[in-house]
Amino acid sequence: MSPLLSVRNLRVDFPTRSGMFEAVRGVGFDLGRERLGVVGESGSGKTMAGRAILGLVRPPGKVTAERMELGGESILNLPESRMRRLRGSRISMVMQDPKFSLNPVMTVGRQIMEGYRLHTGESRAAARDKALEMLRAVQIRDPERVFDAYPHEVSGGMGQRIMIAMMLAPDPEILIADEPTSALDVSVRNEVLRILDRLVGARGMGLIFISHDLNLVAQFCDRVLIMYAGRVVEELPARDLHAARHPYTQGLLNSLPRLDRPVERLAVLRRQQGWRDAPPEGAA
Amino acid sequence: MVQPDMTGQPGRGTPPPAGGVPSARAARLRRRARSLGGLVLSLALTLLGLLLVTFVIGRVMPIDPVLKVVGERATQAQYEAARIAMGLDKPLWQQFLLYMGEVLRGDFGRSISTGHPVAQDLRRVFPATVELASLGTLIGVCVGVPLGVVAAARRGGWIDQIARVVALVGYSMPIFWLGLMGLLLFYGILGWVGGPGRQGIIYDGMVPTVTGLILVDSLIAGDWAAFRDAFSHIVLPASLLGYFSLAYISRMTRSFMLEQLSAEYVVTARVKGLSERRVIWGHAFRNILVPLITVIALSFGSLLEGSVLTEIVFSWPGIGQYITKALLAGDMNAVLGGTVVVGTCFVALNLLSDILYRLLDPRAK
Ligand SMILES: Nc1ncnc2c1ncn2[C@@H]1O[C@H](COP(=O)(O)OP(=O)(O)O)[C@@H](O)[C@H]1O
Ligand SMILES: [Mg+2]
Repeated sequence: MSPLLSVRNLRVDFPTRSGMFEAVRGVGFDLGRERLGVVGESGSGKTMAGRAILGLVRPPGKVTAERMELGGESILNLPESRMRRLRGSRISMVMQDPKFSLNPVMTVGRQIMEGYRLHTGESRAAARDKALEMLRAVQIRDPERVFDAYPHEVSGGMGQRIMIAMMLAPDPEILIADEPTSALDVSVRNEVLRILDRLVGARGMGLIFISHDLNLVAQFCDRVLIMYAGRVVEELPARDLHAARHPYTQGLLNSLPRLDRPVERLAVLRRQQGWRDAPPEGAA
Repeated sequence: MVQPDMTGQPGRGTPPPAGGVPSARAARLRRRARSLGGLVLSLALTLLGLLLVTFVIGRVMPIDPVLKVVGERATQAQYEAARIAMGLDKPLWQQFLLYMGEVLRGDFGRSISTGHPVAQDLRRVFPATVELASLGTLIGVCVGVPLGVVAAARRGGWIDQIARVVALVGYSMPIFWLGLMGLLLFYGILGWVGGPGRQGIIYDGMVPTVTGLILVDSLIAGDWAAFRDAFSHIVLPASLLGYFSLAYISRMTRSFMLEQLSAEYVVTARVKGLSERRVIWGHAFRNILVPLITVIALSFGSLLEGSVLTEIVFSWPGIGQYITKALLAGDMNAVLGGTVVVGTCFVALNLLSDILYRLLDPRAK
């Protein structure tokens, strides 16, 4: 079976005064109906890689790739009008902070209905029913009230659930979740993750879960890509993470506190110049 | 303290919420009504301040109002009698209360240069200015807002460059020079527009005054010839003011839009698959409406008080010209009356943009 999404040698460049800045330098992976974690420190190009897949890198940024296929069809250099039809309906994205990623002057209901109606052409009434159904699906108890609320009137955890409801309403095959819980209170993170996991699992979607939290990704995902300086340095099943071979991954693991193996001092990650360009470890 | 209830009908158009729980919309309306009460109070205080300032200016001016009335050759007794008749012998606070009472009744005294009550003069000149400023602002909004939005959406593109030049010229060109050149070209050489003044001589006083805005009055009267004539007179000065208003409005629109277009919710809108037009107008533009309204109100206000040069170049019988002439003639009643009217308009514009802000921005407390 061909993968939902297949990416090879994806690059994102930004021209700067001091030459090209390479934000993503040759990322490649296949995504099936699974939860793929993407981990890396801040600035390692995770967000840019996700946006490049959606065709949302704005000029002067430049995206190139050897291959970028959605369900076996190339989406590389697709004209904007065709790309728009895929966006939201086949690939969607949940962003980091619902405080900023929801439009402050539009009611929650309108924002959910908007994308759904665009891609399905349904009537207002049907879209309203769908929006309420989605709000219930993300376990919002009072969907009618929330439907009419503005984003500033809901909490962060609820905002992110609204975001998930909005992005899943048109039934995409792939969801890119870009640090979806990083901006939330610790107390609601697990709840949001559980909802995301259940919905994505029930629909048989492919999930790209971007995070800088190795522990979280290890628990939540099936497979993990480790990114460093715009590249994938290692790719391995989440359950084999402890057996990681790349020194960067090992460094990340060692710098995490562990209950079962307490240490006097946590190790400090020492980066090495060679990591930037060495070929990736693991499956490739 | 008075807290007028301005809700009208809370939750109009929404079905009554189930189970007695107040709907989010009704709660929002109530919150806003309460804050409107405070707003009205603060406005009343602002107006009081305006009256106080004009009153003080009237008293400290080195112009003797009594002398202006009785003339240089009056006897001491005549002078004293006039002074008492004008209430100038009373303590200052009583004078202020009297002044306030008169202003509130719309009585600004008599203008010594026109010989008419100032209020009557203002009813004639103020609509002329309002008509000119409204049309100018209309042009400024209709051209400046789309120009600013497109300039921001295509930042660095050729439309952005043109918008930049247009605004720069608007900021730096002396208005009387542009006005004279415009008259020379479009009236003198091409003959496309009417000359100075509001109307051609044959139409003067032909249209019954209803609003004082000749364009509107001639439409009400159904007099097309008068409308065309008035339009041909106003189009040039209004375009000139419109150009200055456009320069300001387009720059502000552009910078508001640039700020919004870099916001995360814009990425969200794109992720949904919306067209760029819907992203810009349906999402980003809705978020600049509130500051934009304030900018438009300010621009309109500045055209109301600041179009003196335009009015002089085009012999436009408006309030700017009226106040300037009165000032040069030492006609304090006319100056203060005109100032109170313009000041009140400013306050009213502020109130209007505040109310719109509360209605349009769901985050307004
Ligand atoms: N518009 C841009 N111009 C230049 N560099 C950019 C731009 N946007 C992002 N970058 C750079 O690209 C790199 C990758 O960023 P990002 O993908 O956001 O990292 P991550 O999501 O892993 O934290 C960062 O170093 C960032 O500074
Ligand atoms: Mg990021």
